[in-house]
Amino acid sequence: MSAVRTLVDLLAGRADAATLAPRDWDGVISVARAEAMLATLAHHLRDTGLPPAVAALFADQRAAARVAQAQALWEVEMARRALAPQGIEFVLLKGAAYAAAGLSCSEGRQIGDLDILVQALDVRRAENALLNAGWEWVKSDPYDDFYYREHMHELPPLIHSVRDRMIDVHHTILPLTHRKTPDALALVGDAVATVDGYAVLCPEDMAVHCAAHMIADGDLQGGLRNLWDFHCLTRDFASADPGYWGKLDGRAAMHGLRGAAHRSARLARDIYGAVLPPGWDRHDPADLWFRRRLLARDDWGRQTDFLLQQAFYIRSHWMRMPPLMLAKHLWTKWRKGHNPASRGTSSS
Amino acid sequence: MPDRAYRAAPADALRVEALGDLTAIFDRRSMQTHLVIAPMPEILAAMGGDACGADAIAARLAGEFDLDGEGDVAAIVADRLAELAAMGLVAEA
Amino acid sequence: MRHSARIQVGPVRFRIGSDWRAPIAAIEALYADYPRDDARPADATVRLFAARPWRRWLRPSVHIGGDFVVPDALPLPLAMGLLAAEMGMNLQVALGWRRHLLLHASAVARDGRAVILSGESGSGKSTLAALLGEGDWRLMGDEFTLIDPASGDALAFPRVVSLKNEAIAEMTARVDAARMGPLLVGTPKGDIRHLVPRADAIAAMHVPARPALILFPRFGGEAAIEPMGEGEAFVRLTEASTNYTALGEAGFAALARLVRGTPAFGISYPDSATGMALVERLWAETAR
Repeated sequence: MSAVRTLVDLLAGRADAATLAPRDWDGVISVARAEAMLATLAHHLRDTGLPPAVAALFADQRAAARVAQAQALWEVEMARRALAPQGIEFVLLKGAAYAAAGLSCSEGRQIGDLDILVQALDVRRAENALLNAGWEWVKSDPYDDFYYREHMHELPPLIHSVRDRMIDVHHTILPLTHRKTPDALALVGDAVATVDGYAVLCPEDMAVHCAAHMIADGDLQGGLRNLWDFHCLTRDFASADPGYWGKLDGRAAMHGLRGAAHRSARLARDIYGAVLPPGWDRHDPADLWFRRRLLARDDWGRQTDFLLQQAFYIRSHWMRMPPLMLAKHLWTKWRKGHNPASRGTSSS
Repeated sequence: MPDRAYRAAPADALRVEALGDLTAIFDRRSMQTHLVIAPMPEILAAMGGDACGADAIAARLAGEFDLDGEGDVAAIVADRLAELAAMGLVAEA
Repeated sequence: MRHSARIQVGPVRFRIGSDWRAPIAAIEALYADYPRDDARPADATVRLFAARPWRRWLRPSVHIGGDFVVPDALPLPLAMGLLAAEMGMNLQVALGWRRHLLLHASAVARDGRAVILSGESGSGKSTLAALLGEGDWRLMGDEFTLIDPASGDALAFPRVVSLKNEAIAEMTARVDAARMGPLLVGTPKGDIRHLVPRADAIAAMHVPARPALILFPRFGGEAAIEPMGEGEAFVRLTEASTNYTALGEAGFAALARLVRGTPAFGISYPDSATGMALVERLWAETAR
């Protein structure tokens, strides 16, 4: 069996770590690293019978993830210290939100840039407050800057001059040019507080955003990790609230993201063994292509299926932009030697 | 300028190691290492768990170290407090 | 991948895959006598690959990949495939290893106690360690030294020594030709030739040593010794570490303990013989 299959089987509980041969671990470790999921796997398998070398490597990964997560949460606190005195409220998104809320998918999860959501009317003030507190613009070329400001759902990224960490300030969760337009006001208005007093999206919006990030916004780079987030979020929320799936359905529809939420749920079922309620437990032949894209890695951790990658790259841009703009954008990118196949795998 | 009040990081958040002329401070919350020289460690120690401003800290330091020219000391402490705040080792109370 | 090798250096087990046979054959020859445990899974994966399938034959150029990659690293010609493999291995350790505090430093040991030599490329730390390793010292490594946070001990990473430019002639004159790899002329780092460490150094690669002396060598200028304070040594070693930040408090504690317990000196030396004499002198006078 391929290493990526073994990885998802281990996460889904379909495979027993004790039955893996040493050679199997080589591939599983490489693929998990490529998907930024090695520490996640290390948490998931922490009490299983592992070969000593794997157990030692996994202990390293868990310890390093604890350090990295503390660093990421410190950025959250630094953002609070910069924004709170100006009366700017913000909602944490993605990895930082999962960690701040202590959700199970945050165990071992790599957290990249800090993503926060502020109300559109606060964006300029947030930008100023961050600039005054030591963040600065990442030097970018004028086209990228223009593109961000005109069409994206976030400011161009800011980086802290001393701590060297990036922050992305969003005012909605999908690009303004995207054909779906989630209700940004509702996202902020219905946010909930963590025990430490940070705001995160309500459980339904959190899963909707996760699905949007993966299916509607992304080209499925790092998709296995995002899908694991979605799987853990919906599983845990549904076990705490039997009405969760129904609420999620309505909320996703309100944001115009019902298709993305349903597809994410079906993929979570197919890949991680999620149990879905009636109404969600359906079949769509097109899911096959998403599964193939998600599992396109060889035993050396390399992406395979180059044409499929390209197709998803163009598809993700198609969904973000009207066709004429897309042509213009891709032309500008490619002329500058941008190569979609060589992009990094971390998409936070 | 009003005397801004700050609160130091809780003592259990910091690990402080004197290394000759330098003091290395590890902040368990940020996982960052700060290398500082006098009077930074002394200011942090003088603050304890209280919310206090530069004047109060200068007074405490003067009591301990027998400093001259208290007015200057308060100005220096205010500058250092701003630097400690940028490192995250103190926060505005 | 089409060709692959598994080798172990110190605590790290590598899996190296390649689109070509030659780099794998070169690695296997140099690491033939290293202890190995084939039942053990790899900690790190290196990939040497052609950017496009036809580039395996047509002007073949080796791209360096693996678990960790440098985004814009330039490929090397196939004749330098061995260097590509070595660079790939270094990269995985520098960016991926989390068990120990990783110092960009060479080290030698005697009687279970280690001298750690930290310096930038061109400081001569690698050559100095290699030369000492041919005498009364055990070579622990010419590039990385690992500090165990639990014990404070130095651990060896005795990869094959990467000799550059003038150091090649200096060593070739002293050691058995069977221990030397092929001469790689005109690499981005100049001429390079690899030296297999002595058999005793390889056999003892899992034996830790207690840090006894930290030196910051500088090649060139008059012979000089300058004592270094704990604070400065701490700062310089954080700069010499690729994983200090990632280890959090474990790294902080390990480094604070290291600089407190180990005398540190900057040394300048005009030639290798003087450098070796300075190390011996400081060892006799101050090593704890």
